[in-house]
Amino acid sequence: MRKILAAGLVTLSLTALATAEPVKVGLITTLSGGGAGLGVDVRDGFMLALKLNPDGAKDITVVAEDDAMKPELAVQIADKMIQSEQVDVLTGIIWSNLAMAVVPNAVAQDKFYLSPNAGPSPLAGDKCNANYFNVAYQNDNFHEAAGQYAQQSGLKKVFIMAPNYPAGTDSLNGFKRYYKGELAGEVYTKLGQTDYAAEIAQIRASGADSVFFFLPGGMGIAFVKQYAQSGVGTPLIGPGFSFDQDVLAAIGDPALGAKNTASWSPDLDNPANKAFVDEFKKAYNRLPSVYAAQAYDTANLLISASTKASVKDAEAFRAALKAAEFNSVRGKFKFNTNNHPIQDLYVREVVKDGDTLTNKIIATAFTDHGDAYAEKCAMK
Amino acid sequence: MSTSLVLEQLLNGVQFGVMLFLMAAGLTLIFGVMGLINLAHGSLYMIGALVCATVAAWTGSFWLGLAASLVGTAAAGALIEVAVIRRLYGRDHLDQVLATFALILILSEGARWLFGSFALYLDIPPVLSGSVELPGGVHYPLYRLAIIAAGLLVAVGLYLLISRTRLGMRIRAGESDREMIGALGVDIQMLYTIVFALGAALAGMAGAMVGALQSVQVGMGEPVLILAFVVIVIGGIGSVRGALVGALLVGIIDTMGRILLPQMLAAVIGPAKAAGIGAAIASMSIYVVMALVLALKPKGLFPAGT
Repeated sequence: MRKILAAGLVTLSLTALATAEPVKVGLITTLSGGGAGLGVDVRDGFMLALKLNPDGAKDITVVAEDDAMKPELAVQIADKMIQSEQVDVLTGIIWSNLAMAVVPNAVAQDKFYLSPNAGPSPLAGDKCNANYFNVAYQNDNFHEAAGQYAQQSGLKKVFIMAPNYPAGTDSLNGFKRYYKGELAGEVYTKLGQTDYAAEIAQIRASGADSVFFFLPGGMGIAFVKQYAQSGVGTPLIGPGFSFDQDVLAAIGDPALGAKNTASWSPDLDNPANKAFVDEFKKAYNRLPSVYAAQAYDTANLLISASTKASVKDAEAFRAALKAAEFNSVRGKFKFNTNNHPIQDLYVREVVKDGDTLTNKIIATAFTDHGDAYAEKCAMK
Repeated sequence: MSTSLVLEQLLNGVQFGVMLFLMAAGLTLIFGVMGLINLAHGSLYMIGALVCATVAAWTGSFWLGLAASLVGTAAAGALIEVAVIRRLYGRDHLDQVLATFALILILSEGARWLFGSFALYLDIPPVLSGSVELPGGVHYPLYRLAIIAAGLLVAVGLYLLISRTRLGMRIRAGESDREMIGALGVDIQMLYTIVFALGAALAGMAGAMVGALQSVQVGMGEPVLILAFVVIVIGGIGSVRGALVGALLVGIIDTMGRILLPQMLAAVIGPAKAAGIGAAIASMSIYVVMALVLALKPKGLFPAGT
């Protein structure tokens, strides 16, 4: 009996050895400039997953570089990583315009790209690729969930606002895809605008019953603070980006009670997420954001695939990625035909936990939600 | 569109303009007196906001934060002048642009190292929270009114300083003939340091006051810097009066353009398209004005020395 067991163990470890091919990962993300908060969270979330699973990650090496939020720099770094560092997998990009500059080129050179955040619509639709896996979302998803929530909760007159750039127009289109009521106003602001007095005056005059806005980073902080000071008081709805952990501390109490939509929340009740939130707090002394959660999932997906197949065997590695057999902090997770997630999307509310502002799930907007572009993708 | 909305937007434009004036005044003084193009002026604005937010978080008082940011940015300005800027006066503008651009990078990454990558929290002082009702039925935030008042006070103060005091006399003399006032025994190096520190403190004050309205983070200075340059080009480089008029012009045109253009276009091409196109045209409006001013008055509205 003991012999058989021992023999079994030997074969097991042999198979493990056979597939433990080293994997080199190039992490390109934003570590300087105005958007650095998001990139730091992606890097920290990714590295945390590797640290917590030393066995699974022992053959994974990571080179990280700062793209400074500049597409041309991201392209240079990607070229360097592919040609001189010979990475197998690229990941890390936050912004859609950078992803569009890097991803099509990288997958054309037979590298894998795992997206921890950006999900521009072309890459989900007609430009989808078998080597491109989006572990986060398709860009429209959070906004669609907000539209669905507005529709479900019987709102009749919503004022919608986003910056005038591709992700901004996608945002409002995503919202309108599910919200069928009247619009009290539709405003595009300048990208990088920091004073919203003029828009707030329009909101006050419009008689809206709520305001949906997508203003990432510092723009959202500025808007919410000024909105609170103006005393308009119409309830705010936003995608998770507008009220996530990276901005809540800077907004302060004016954010309390705001509704926002995301695929993840720190209070999401599953063992993987509990462990993630605890360990992240322990390691970095702050609460994780949705970006950190997505990067953590990205790293765990990579670990799951690299323990099952060699990265040199593209066919098998692709299948192992597609199977998505890892414990997602989002509970359940699977890939659609276009390698984008099918996942639940939640409505969260900003609450105070002790002295810290954070999010709590109050409803589910969508169950097993894919995206609107999968049909245009040739992969089946 | 109701008159109260127009009035409110006009106030918003003035408030934005006054804030730009604080930035542009320092920039134009430094250029006028020392002939120096200082790209790092936006970094001083950022430093003002970061210092104010940090001190306000430590002490719980916005006012202490504001005082600390004035002192801090003036000190930072003096330090930068002595360490770097002083070596640039004799050089041509390209060297100045290169060196002060390097300063932006150094100060930004230094600030990230000290204050972190995430935005800091800074709220308006409780005394100035809430809004007041103005004649005409406009509810306007008290804090924004306070910014307008503070900016106008600074404008008056600067006018008095430059036209009525000995320091102001030297500044004006430095603008018109720097060799001569050096020959007359004025400590020109000291004068330059003082002017640079004064400009820095004005930028820091703008950063601290606006920081309470917006997000306080690394990199917040550069977008404002571009607008401040537009202001001094419109107003006339070197002229504080020009900076005030230019700043109010830019503030009001930008704000009203953002509101009126999409609405006017909506009547012609429908609201859905107008929102995007109107916003795009509105964001160009101040540059169009700048081009017009340059075409008609190449030296700006109030050329220095008139």
